[in-house]
Amino acid sequence: NNNSFWLQIHFVLLISRQGKVRLTKWYSPYSQKERSKVIRELSGVIISRAPKLCNFVEWRGFKVVYKRYASLYFCICNDQEDNELETLAIIHHYVETLDRYFGSVCELDLIFNFHKAYFILDEILLAGAMQETSKRTTLRLIGAQEDLVEAAKEEASSLSNIIAQATK
Amino acid sequence: MEQLKTIGRELAMGSQGGFGQSKEFLELVKSIGEARSKAEEDRIVVREIETLKRRIVEPDIPKRKMKEYIIRLLYVEMLGHDASFGYIHAVKMTHDDNLLSKRTGYLALTLFLNDDHDLIILIVNTIQKDLKSDNYLVVCAALNAVCRLINEETIPAVLPSVVDLLAHPKDAVRKKAVMALHRFHLKSSSSVSHLVSNFRKKLCDNDPGVMGATLCPLFDLIALDPSSYKDLVVSFVSILKQVAEHRLPKSYDYHQMPAPFIQIKLLKILAVLGSGDKQASEHMYTVIGEIIRKGDSSSNIGNAILYECICCVSSIYPNHKLLEAAADVNAKFLKSDSHNLKYMGIDALGRLIKITPHVAEQHQLAVIDCLEDPDDTLKRKTFELLYKMTKSSNVEVIVDRMIDYMISISDDHYKTYIASRCVELAEQFAPSNHWFIQTMNKVFEHAGDLVNIKVAHNLMRLIGEGFGEDAATADNQLRSSAVESYLRIIGEPKLPSMFLQVICWVLGEYGTADGKYSASYITGKLCDIAEAYSNDETVKAYAISALTKMYAFEIAAGRKVDMLPECQSFVEELLASHSTDLQQRAYELQALIGLDARAVETIMPQDASCEDIEVDTDLAFLNGYVQQSLERGALPYIPEDERTGMVNVSNFRSQDQHESAQHGLRFEAYEVPKPPMPSKVATVSLSSSTDLVPVPETLYSRETHQISSAGLSSETGSSELKLKLDGVQKKWGRPTYSSPTSSSNSTSQNPVNGATQTTDVATAVNSKVRDNYDTRKQRIEISPEKQKLAASLFGGSTKTEKRSSTSSKVPKASASVPDRSQESKAAVAPSEVAQGKTIQSSPPPDLLDLDESTITVAPPSVDPFKQLEGLLDPSINSTTNHSSGVTNAPDIMTHYAATPASRESGSGGYSIPVTGDNVNLLSELSNAAVRGTTGETTTTPLPQSVKGPNAKDSLQRDAKVRQMGVTPTSQNPNLFSDLLG
Repeated sequence: NNNSFWLQIHFVLLISRQGKVRLTKWYSPYSQKERSKVIRELSGVIISRAPKLCNFVEWRGFKVVYKRYASLYFCICNDQEDNELETLAIIHHYVETLDRYFGSVCELDLIFNFHKAYFILDEILLAGAMQETSKRTTLRLIGAQEDLVEAAKEEASSLSNIIAQATK
Repeated sequence: MEQLKTIGRELAMGSQGGFGQSKEFLELVKSIGEARSKAEEDRIVVREIETLKRRIVEPDIPKRKMKEYIIRLLYVEMLGHDASFGYIHAVKMTHDDNLLSKRTGYLALTLFLNDDHDLIILIVNTIQKDLKSDNYLVVCAALNAVCRLINEETIPAVLPSVVDLLAHPKDAVRKKAVMALHRFHLKSSSSVSHLVSNFRKKLCDNDPGVMGATLCPLFDLIALDPSSYKDLVVSFVSILKQVAEHRLPKSYDYHQMPAPFIQIKLLKILAVLGSGDKQASEHMYTVIGEIIRKGDSSSNIGNAILYECICCVSSIYPNHKLLEAAADVNAKFLKSDSHNLKYMGIDALGRLIKITPHVAEQHQLAVIDCLEDPDDTLKRKTFELLYKMTKSSNVEVIVDRMIDYMISISDDHYKTYIASRCVELAEQFAPSNHWFIQTMNKVFEHAGDLVNIKVAHNLMRLIGEGFGEDAATADNQLRSSAVESYLRIIGEPKLPSMFLQVICWVLGEYGTADGKYSASYITGKLCDIAEAYSNDETVKAYAISALTKMYAFEIAAGRKVDMLPECQSFVEELLASHSTDLQQRAYELQALIGLDARAVETIMPQDASCEDIEVDTDLAFLNGYVQQSLERGALPYIPEDERTGMVNVSNFRSQDQHESAQHGLRFEAYEVPKPPMPSKVATVSLSSSTDLVPVPETLYSRETHQISSAGLSSETGSSELKLKLDGVQKKWGRPTYSSPTSSSNSTSQNPVNGATQTTDVATAVNSKVRDNYDTRKQRIEISPEKQKLAASLFGGSTKTEKRSSTSSKVPKASASVPDRSQESKAAVAPSEVAQGKTIQSSPPPDLLDLDESTITVAPPSVDPFKQLEGLLDPSINSTTNHSSGVTNAPDIMTHYAATPASRESGSGGYSIPVTGDNVNLLSELSNAAVRGTTGETTTTPLPQSVKGPNAKDSLQRDAKVRQMGVTPTSQNPNLFSDLLG
């Protein structure tokens, strides 16, 4: 009974229009070799698609839902039986959350702060399914982590100052 | 351009603060961004790997620096290079007490490792510790890692902690714990099945996020065993009702829709629970009806919910009213201009027709449009629908279409898939054997090496068996036509191996059966095949066997065998072959030729491929010999299991398993060692040295215990010994004759029985069809090809009319096959041209690599879509075209301000006004939306009353709607925002 895998997201990919990878998150096991192959194949398929067509591509028995935001393609690979419009909404939800976090997000934000994009994604999707659907809750948790981070950073820098002075 | 990058860097370092990456790292990211080719990028990354390899092993690296190294490793790995040398440092980082380091370490590991990696075992202990941390953020970080890294083997190590966390005071932790259990279920469904009561409790969690997350594992469990959860139906329905009534906090809204993701999950669960259960379904009708009624078909998420409603309605016990409502929604999908919605509509139609087959009729033209759409995704989905709709009356059209498409694509994966679909449909619904063979020929010719070998065997069996005894002439005709078609096809270059095998077999078996071709002609052809595909041993084996049969039939018929010189050399070649199989076949051929006619006829009877070969499993013909031996005093045979004394093998096995379980890794901590107890025995023995009592009681009892345990161990030892013996015997082989398998040939059903059944239906519908045709002639508006296609797909009778004749007319029917395929090609042609155009069109400029974009935007006038934009709204058009020259930082989300239909409640606060020189990442989207509103014509709502099974009426109505240029989605311009995404 494959019903039990309906909610499974296999991976999330962010690729630029030139096929450059901006973010990859794998929820199902893929070896490094497979990952490169998947990215190569999919970016070829998706980037060459004309506008106005479906935002869905059938690919090796899976369904890849993609959406283009300016020069970036956000892609989610799902099982065949999933609700594609919902997946499309998940992508949009992620972009909106990123936008709230970065304050009108642009591709550069994601390039230079890709680890933050990962942290945010981890708060939205977990184990291949959607864990939190409220933007506010997601961002609150990210904020809590960052406050702690800031505190830790200050502490670290003051410590290193002390050490630096001591060793002078 | 330089300016843009500076802004980017400022953005990265200034406003975000972030982790304060070093200049080095920023330079790396920048240089990767500037790389012109993959090769250049690779060079940069390789250099970076060298640097990191050197740096990361330096002593006393400050934490912050190490963190950055790990992030750089992440970056390298993301770009497809191997960073495994640094994995161990990420593992070390998870040990760190600092949350930031820990989190980075976990993030890196979740991205680096699959759950089968060897390093996992090293972090289980850390995860265990972190799950018990007082800081909930540490617990969260650990749970994130659990969801990715814990495998089947290590689930027991963390399961107790994760279950405990279900009661954690922080909702974020509870939610992640639930998700971890969901993941455990996916990995090994038995691991969480005993936790059902916990999930039921979490369903009532006062945090909606936790409740929503709980639906994931519950859905998994329910899908496996719906019957145990029927009592939850009422709860789910009431939750869904409350969610739909907007009772959840506003923060769960998405585009003004109350918690849509939770609604969708609930609908999915209800679909499973209500399937085939009238009582459960009755609870759901009201709430689903309400959701459909309130449904918002103007937003993507609204449509997602509506689609899920259709899925649910078509899955639960049917309710007439709901089905009607679902069909109405579906009609909107199908008539939409959005490809996405059409796609969903086709999918939903496939679900609905299972219950109410007639709904397809009012969408005939929509379906055909989708079939002919240049978008492959839509086309494939439509084939999926047609596959579900196939009956014996329309199988020819559908399979022809599928084969045409199969030939046109190069994607092997889908080719295999659609080929197997064709075969399946042909086997199930073939109107005639002749058609079946023609179809199979096409499938084999174009996808031969991709289809399952079974398909080839089925085809051979069909040709061999034919209809059965009473239709001998039809069988012969079938075989002759197969032989004829194969002789024609042989000449074509590069046929797939599997097809050649079928051809060889059929030619060998029936090549000369009808007397039309001489044996030397057929043998010549067979040798041609063997020569042309000389490196394919299987084909050669089939060819030589076919030759053997040919010669056997000739000898049996009393004719003299003249072996052609090329056959001679072929046989000689095989006699010296390295393959023993080919050699044996060649020697058999040689031996057979030397025999007389009577012997040959017994060995190789004509057309006997379907005769049963009786295997005497008891070897009864040896009975006399055995009897004789016994009389002479030989020992009688004792079956093996009686000889070995019946050792219980399974017993040992379970013991073995038990042992291995004990040897497995322990994840729990060892007990604190207890202080050693003073041994009683020792004191006793000490005292005994002075005392006269020679054997203290304790010592004695101990001894006996030892003896008994020794006895035990020797017992187990002996059983092991026996077992080994048994194993040896097994190795030597017991005479295992499996039950006779030969029956598979004869008992299997003839797959093409349906042909005769359809004939009488056809005559009954004949008259109807005719006036169907008449009325259609009066209206010229719909292209005749489409009409024809619609009629053959949905009407289900025009084809049968042609074919109602018996097998004598079959060739005529087949003659129409190429015609039709040509027609369809012609119909597809213009759309292909259109596709070609759109591909040429230059995509909107990229923002990062502006140097490139200046080139790509240069000829904007080529783009037909842009031209269209220009027609509709010149001002907006100009902004898109000039966007390349802009230097501002791009903004992904500004479209909220620009999209008129966007009613995002929360987003208003941060929207940025769109100005001409602001590069708006979403400007395409908003343009599309604007275009949607301006370009719309007024619409008349479609009459929805068309329900009856009258194909003609619905076809007319559908056509009329189209003629009037009605686009019924005008009320929702927002739909268009998804088009260009």
